[in-house]
Amino acid sequence: MLDAARLRADFPLLRQREHGHPLVYLDNAATTQKPEAVLTAIADYYRTTNANVHRGAYGLAIRATEAYEAARAKLAGFVNAWATEGVVFTRGTTEAINLVAGAYGRAHVRAGDTVVVTAMDHHSNLVPWQILCQEKGATLRMVEISEDGRVDLSDYGRALERRPKIVAFPYVSNALGTVNPAAQLARLAHAVGAVVVVDGAQSTPHLRVDVQALDCDFYALSGHKMLGPMGSGALVAKPELLDAMPPYHGGGEMISRVWDDHSTYNKIPHKFEAGTPNVEGAVGLAAAVAYLEGVGPERIAEHEQALAAAAIDRLTQIEGVTVYGPRDHRAGVVSFTYGDIHPHDIATILDQDGICIRAGHHCAQPLMRRLNVPATARASFYLYNGLDEVDALAGALVKAGALFGYVPA
Amino acid sequence: MDTSPPDPQLSALYQELILDHYRRPRNKGTLDHATHSVSLNNPLCGDEIDLQLRVDGDVIREARFIGGGCSISQAAASMMTQLLKDRSIPQALALADRMSAMMHGDEAAARDKALGELRALAGVAKFPVRIKCALLPWNALTDALKA
Repeated sequence: MLDAARLRADFPLLRQREHGHPLVYLDNAATTQKPEAVLTAIADYYRTTNANVHRGAYGLAIRATEAYEAARAKLAGFVNAWATEGVVFTRGTTEAINLVAGAYGRAHVRAGDTVVVTAMDHHSNLVPWQILCQEKGATLRMVEISEDGRVDLSDYGRALERRPKIVAFPYVSNALGTVNPAAQLARLAHAVGAVVVVDGAQSTPHLRVDVQALDCDFYALSGHKMLGPMGSGALVAKPELLDAMPPYHGGGEMISRVWDDHSTYNKIPHKFEAGTPNVEGAVGLAAAVAYLEGVGPERIAEHEQALAAAAIDRLTQIEGVTVYGPRDHRAGVVSFTYGDIHPHDIATILDQDGICIRAGHHCAQPLMRRLNVPATARASFYLYNGLDEVDALAGALVKAGALFGYVPA
Repeated sequence: MDTSPPDPQLSALYQELILDHYRRPRNKGTLDHATHSVSLNNPLCGDEIDLQLRVDGDVIREARFIGGGCSISQAAASMMTQLLKDRSIPQALALADRMSAMMHGDEAAARDKALGELRALAGVAKFPVRIKCALLPWNALTDALKA
């Protein structure tokens, strides 16, 4: 395992106390804390390099543009993108998926076509496809999940018999932690001619991601879930697909020439980056990537799996606790319920011990209906979490049990 | 492992009366001859309530609810439906105001016997993110009566 206590020292926010207890931050699937290196990179950008990019003829603007484009190259290398120009900066995964639905989807999906999603997709990889299918008169086909929270491969096969235009799924489920066999799902979808969209919000921070090995077509990621700033993220795509797509947003930067009644568009990726971009976000995200590379994505994955295994072990020893999702092929996300104690009550009780967890439907209401629960409590780990924090979680849950009469006070 | 006793604020929040209403909600179900009904949910946390009233002239004869959510929202709904029986509409709306005042820390409201068992929820005021849970059924009531 990683030396979590040493890594934690790199994160200024994690030094604070909450209700007199050390802060135990276990809501990393929602967002992550930022290391000093990221905070410094953002501050340094504004202190030394800030100017509008791709416009100015002066040295400062050139250096800002270089910083922005270097960030793109850094991120491209981290996920083994097909090409640096195949990395479009976005506000995050949600905007990246909306871009694919709004530009690629609108151009290619017609009435009677099918788009496939899964029952474990986050609303951000579901609602954009609902909107597209409603607009086009297309069918949205949701693939069922197995009881232990995996994509049901036989139902996936049946869905592919409809020869969908687009197949979208998460690499890692935000609500269950399931690591899907993404390369296999992509291969099967390609065999019927579909274009494959992978929601990488929960995989990019936690595993070694190689989009070329996955052989998907579009891959969406969020910076803030991988130690980077909020409002940063990217769509990573095959350049030839991006090239052939109509633009998404219109404005400055994305154009080549503008006449009174029409325009021609810039080359990729700029064609999809209308307006002044979030340069601070890109620079901060590149610093986050450097930090993650320094630790090593494989070691991070191993560390989180050990934490999740320890948490599942500890939690399932508490009578009345149910843990959802698969026992193996999972990332550091542990979703659970405790008897009839509502997850919001669990979260309030844990907060008094300085423990931050998420309670709710995790933006996955179709999944919650299938699990037959209105909500779950979710602890999600990252590289700065340690086994001591798993202990704190289990201890605080016993207190919740005492308040609700499950264990003697 | 931390084995210190639960925080006193937590013990005040999750007192027995609240857990009793959570686990054995009163007036849970639907009305055959409802004159008013309204559905409200909190999209952030998923708490939901369908409230039905049978109003005769100016008087609420019966109130029932169905729904799901945390102990605070469900206990508040259960206690509210008990309190509403045979209240006039102006009385019910005044109680809603009183409840809201108590949730926002008004100590006189928290001592007001008119709120009945709902006074057990006074501790919620110390947990700002949970105030909306306690007020969800009351917001449903005012929506129903003002519709």
